[in-house]
Parts: sequence; C-alpha cells; structure tokens
Amino acid sequence: MSGRSVFDEMQSGPDGTRPVYAEVAAWFARAPQELITNRKAEAEAFFRRIGITFAVYGDEQGAERIIPFDILPRIITSGEWARLSLGLEQRVGAINAFLADVYGPREIIRAGIVPEALVLANPAFRPEMTRIKPAKGIWSHIAGIDLVRTGPDDFFVLEDNARTPSGVSYMLENREAMLRLFPELFSKLSIRPVDQYPEELLATLCSLAPLSAPGEPVVVVLTPGPFNSAYYEHSFLADRMGVDLVEGRDLFVRGNVVYMRTTEGPKRVDVIYRRIDDEYLDPLAFRPDSTLGVPGLMSAYKSGNVTISNAVGTGVADDKAVYSYMPEIVKFYTGKDAMLKNVPTWRCREPSSLSHVLANISDLVVKEVNGSGGYGMLVGPHATKAQCAEFATKVRANPDNYIAQPTLALSTVPCFVDEGLAPRHVDLRPFVLSGSDKIRIVPGGLTRVALKKGSLVVNSSQGGGTKDTWVVDGPDTVPGQSQMQ
Amino acid sequence: MLARTADNLFWLSRYVERAESLARILDVALRLSTLPSAYAGTSNEWESAIDIAACREGFLKAHDVANAANVTQYIIAGPTNPSSIRSCIETARANARAVRTALTSEVWEILNDAWNTMQRMDFSALSGQDLTRFLAFVKEVSLRFDGTAYRTMLRTDHYWFQRLGMYIERGDNTARLLDVKYHVLLPDAEPVGGGLDYFQWSSLLRALSAQNSYHLIYREGIKPWLVADFLILKMEQPRSLISSYENLNRVLDLLAERYGRQGASQRHARKTFAELQNMDGSSLFQTGLHEFLARFIEENTTLGLAISEQYLQ
Repeated sequence: MSGRSVFDEMQSGPDGTRPVYAEVAAWFARAPQELITNRKAEAEAFFRRIGITFAVYGDEQGAERIIPFDILPRIITSGEWARLSLGLEQRVGAINAFLADVYGPREIIRAGIVPEALVLANPAFRPEMTRIKPAKGIWSHIAGIDLVRTGPDDFFVLEDNARTPSGVSYMLENREAMLRLFPELFSKLSIRPVDQYPEELLATLCSLAPLSAPGEPVVVVLTPGPFNSAYYEHSFLADRMGVDLVEGRDLFVRGNVVYMRTTEGPKRVDVIYRRIDDEYLDPLAFRPDSTLGVPGLMSAYKSGNVTISNAVGTGVADDKAVYSYMPEIVKFYTGKDAMLKNVPTWRCREPSSLSHVLANISDLVVKEVNGSGGYGMLVGPHATKAQCAEFATKVRANPDNYIAQPTLALSTVPCFVDEGLAPRHVDLRPFVLSGSDKIRIVPGGLTRVALKKGSLVVNSSQGGGTKDTWVVDGPDTVPGQSQMQ
Repeated sequence: MLARTADNLFWLSRYVERAESLARILDVALRLSTLPSAYAGTSNEWESAIDIAACREGFLKAHDVANAANVTQYIIAGPTNPSSIRSCIETARANARAVRTALTSEVWEILNDAWNTMQRMDFSALSGQDLTRFLAFVKEVSLRFDGTAYRTMLRTDHYWFQRLGMYIERGDNTARLLDVKYHVLLPDAEPVGGGLDYFQWSSLLRALSAQNSYHLIYREGIKPWLVADFLILKMEQPRSLISSYENLNRVLDLLAERYGRQGASQRHARKTFAELQNMDGSSLFQTGLHEFLARFIEENTTLGLAISEQYLQ
C-alpha cells in the first residue's frame, strides 16, 4: 500500500473533515475519552447479552464469539447512495438474466462472451436446473454485493454473493446498538432507517411463492442447525419475519409437496428461505450423505410446488472467474455500461494473464475462484517471499482455479482502537432483494472493517469487525470536488 | 408450532427441573451426613442419593464407593454421567439455543448466564462452602427460569409445552425421592415416628422447601404417613404428585382446546389425576407405598411418551 494515498472517508475533505461526517467528528472530538470508553463497553455488553455470536470453524475454544463492533459509524451521503443503488439494481438484474440464460438458451455463450467451459464445467453449475424453472423466473432473490471504495467517487464491486449472503443480522443489530448509544446523533442527522429489512425480505419471499400457494403463503427459514456459524442470523431473521425456523428433519415431502411437522400435524410449506448450500438440500438429488436436507425436495421443486430461495444453482454467477466477465455480462443483458465498476481482474486460466500474475505476484491479491470467507487467498504485498513462492506453485499447478487483482488502496474510516481513533480499511455489503414485484434495497448495508492495522481482510473469521452504516440525507459532497489520488 | 420446537421446550424445562431436583437430593444427603450417627441412623445417605438420582449403574462404573466426594462429584459433573447437573444445564441451554425465538429473551438469558457461569467453574474441587453455594446457585437458576417464564412468556402452546415438561419431571422426582426415603427410613425393626428418624424426615421436607408448610398444614409433629400424604395428595403442596397432575391436566386441556382435539395424553392424565383425587391417605400408607410409587413413576413415564407421540414428533 505504501506510496499511494489512501482515501479516508471522514478526514479526506478539502479542509479536513468531510462535511457529511461533521457532526460525528465533532461528537468524538468533544467527548471525553472516558465517555467513549463507556459507550464502547455498553455496546459490547449489548451484543454479549443478546447473544449475537458467530462460530469460527476449526476453533474449539471460542465456539461462540462476538464479532467486534466499532462505535464510529460509517457514513454515506444520500447522493452517493442513490448512484450506488441504481448500480446495484442494474448489476443484480444482470446476474438474474445471466442465470436464466445459462440454465436456458445460453445466448451469452453462443455469442462468445462467456466461455462455455467456465459455465458448464463450473462446480457450482447445477445441470438439474436446466429442467427446472424457478418461480417468476427470478434466481438470486437475496444478493450481497461487496463494494470497496478508493476515492470520493470511486466505488468498485469486489465480489458478488448470489448464493446465501450473510451478515444482514449484524447490519440490523449494529443499528439497534447505535440507536441506544447515540440517540443525540440520530436526532440531529437524518439517517435512513434499516429496520424494515425483515419485512421487505418477507414481502420478497411471499412475492415468489408458487402459483399453487394460498393467498398468505407459508414461509420458513431452513437452517443447518445451531452448530452453523451463522445460526444466530438464521434464528434472528425467522424471528423478525415471524416465520418458523426449520431444520431438514422438520420437513418432509409427500406427493411432491413439502410439509413441516407441527404439533398439529403436517403443514404445507410454500417458500423455503434456505441457508444451506445446494449440495446439502436433498440427499436424493445431491450428496447422499447429507443429513441436513430434505429427501425429495428437488422433486417438489421441479413440480413447482415450492419456492427455494435463492434458487438452486445461483453459485455459477458469483464465481470469481465469472466475476471478471461482469462488465460484459451487464452490457449484454442491459445494453448499457455497468454503472458499478469491476476491479481489474486477471484470469489465470488465460496464459498471458497467468504469466503476468506469476511475474507480479508480490503486488497482487490472488484468490481461489470458489473461495470465500477470506480463506485461500494471498495478499501479495503483505506476504513473505516464501508465501508468495508457495502460492505461485499452487497457481501454476491449477491456473483455472485462480484470479488475481491489483491491491486497491481501500478507503479507511477511523475506528476506536486501543490507541484511540485510527484509520482502518472498510468494505460495504449492501443486500439486494429481488422479488417478482420489485427490487428492494435497504439503505446502506453491512460495513466490515479490518481491525488489524494496515490489514485489508475484513472477514470476521480473520479478525474483522463491523460498523453501523448510515445513509445520511442532506447536502451532498460537492460535485467535481478534487479527487484524492 | 413446529413439533421439534415443542419437543425442545418440553425437554429444556425437564432438564432445568431435573437439575434442581439433583441439587435438592445432594442437599438432603449433605445435611444428614453432618448429623452425628446417633441422630442420623446407620443408613448411608450417599447410597440413597444415587438411588434417588437413578444413576446407580453408571455410578458404580465410575466409582467403587458411595461416599460424599464420589457421589457429589458424579451427580454434579461426572464426565460419564449423562444426567449430571452440569449436563442438565448444558442440554437445557443447547435446547434453548435451538429454539431461541420460541423463548423470551429474559428466559434465554437465564439459561445462557447459568451456562456461562458454569463454563468458568472448576468442578474438580467442589466441597464445603463452595458446594453449598453451588447447590444454591442451581436452585436459583431453576427458580428464576420458572418465574421468568411465568412472568414473560405468552400463554400459548410455547408456554404450555414448557410447563408440561416441568410437571412431568417434577412428578417423577417427588415420587423417587419419597420412594427411596421410605425405603431407607423405614427399616422394619425401627419404630415409626421414633426420635431417630425425626431428623431424616425433617431434612427430606427441608430439601423440598416444605418443612414450614408441613407444619402449617398438619399442625403436629413430623409423621411419616403425613409426609407421604403431604407430598402425594395435598393439592396445596406445589411439589405434590396431585398438584403436578392438576397442572398437567389443565395444560393438556388448554392444548386440546387450542388444537381442537383431545388425545391419548389428555385421557391418560385425567385418569391418573382422578385416581389421586379418590385416594385415601391412610390406606395408601398401609397398602404398600412402594408399590404405589413404582406404579406412579411408570404411569408418569407413559404420559411423557404419550405427549411425545401426540405432539412432539
């Protein structure tokens, strides 16, 4: 990162503080250290008491941990948000068109825009889905698009999550905590609310119910169970939507209809918001050893008697190799240029890119195309020579499995760490809900922050934390402001 | 409501109730073991504790001798004891976590706090004051759980399944405690009501928080047949068998009303309740208390199975 200036979202204004942060910066400047420490402790107590936890796989000791929360909010102006949300709608619309196409006529492949092998040989491609049409023709109903920022007007999409993006419970609980801690700031600033999310999620899910469902469809959240790292979120969302949280064993299929076992006997289920991966959904269709799923579910799905959300097979659109084609994909289906930029990406599957990546590996971020959670990646500038060499060997052995990107000068927002306020890198994951009636996006999203100094990895499993994200109405940043380079 | 959710609610309160009972069993044993043998008799309190806790077989696999150290260790946290106090609380909390949304946050917090506290405890060295304090803590968890559920939960099937588990377990525990105590406290040669067993009976009542209330009801000295009458047939005594069944009956009827259907568990509970109502205390004592209690424990288990079959699968 050295040698490049980093855009700090609070401090990089022409005269220091950017106007949208004025109130918050003033509060933190005025507040005695002790008050800030108290608020921080209050926030922690709040999260501990409600038991909002996540589990880190392979960590016996801390089977349940609290995700670190930073009390200084991350602020986006309503003008910035308006542009972002248009870009998000466009992108998710294109992702859904892409999915319908690759499981249908495959025009984009025939047009030579996306290589056939990349789709058909993709581990996330589900051939079954060429014979199943998801309700209302929508595939990725809940998408999480990871954005990063490098300057006042420079947002990039880092990653699309079209399968089962998580983190929305943190977005909601972070807001809850901030409302308790800083009521004075909420009364001064016009901060757009986010707590309508569960209601909007339910409306989205209901809009996707199969035609055979009654007027008020029965929606459930399907979880792998309490040992899953995101179990808190599953139960939280079920609770807030007022629907049942079910495990595979609570459901069964009879006559191609899905039922849940209740104290009053079997009850028909119309929409399943599943938080388990494709290959565990139905032991008859996918992994026979899976005990998490429901035997016969795919057959009921195929008969059009149940909606599975997200649809099966959406992973083919959020693969990191497919990601590199997103600008072309958006253009192909919308006829317009992508409003949200991609980070330039080298596909190691292409020989010229591979040699560039291997030659410059210590300057690049190299990722597995199917990796997630910050695992299986190399951050070149932060790695030792040996680590780079080791990773290069892996890439050479299986180039198709890797992509590489330049290390961006990710924006920072000040965080309240042990030594006081200090800048830390952040990203943003807005959640895009695509129903049959409309697209819904709650203002903001989840801001993740790399709490280790200089670190670019924001994943909670790797020492990341979160911040509340405020979309604030009011005077936008002045257009044409000098770009910080 | 999901059958699994109901099952979790039913069992989580059974486990909390069981943890409380185990703490009470240890309380009795501790109290008796502090008495000089002239007052406490020759019976081995620790032997009877493992009988009441119904864990003799498992205990003998882990230990040779039933003494204070072994029995408290095994009942509180024996690693091979699936029904230790520690594993009861752990299981209750795991069940609660699986159905968090079916509980109020207040109820969840009690189990979560108890679990957190116990995670930090060293069970290898519990004795003396630490032990007494721990037993008090367990009873308090159960009381707070019960009271919080009572004060914060909606009166719907969620609450009722939770109550059913509690009353089934309580009936079972009271019956076991009485059965073993009668066995131990009434050796054939000993004159009933003699000075020797006074302390035994009073510590039994005390363990059930029933010593003062006994005197309020009977206004006379502690008599074995009255203790039995009190713990089996007195509606006023909340731990009595008849009181458990009055509650089971009522709650099962509420469920049947809500679901629009009576079933095997309603019929079974009604039958047992009617038998208890028609029972005469003195005859009970003379015609074989042990046989009665053994049959009750069996019937109570059957009711648990009937509830499970009717609602929980």
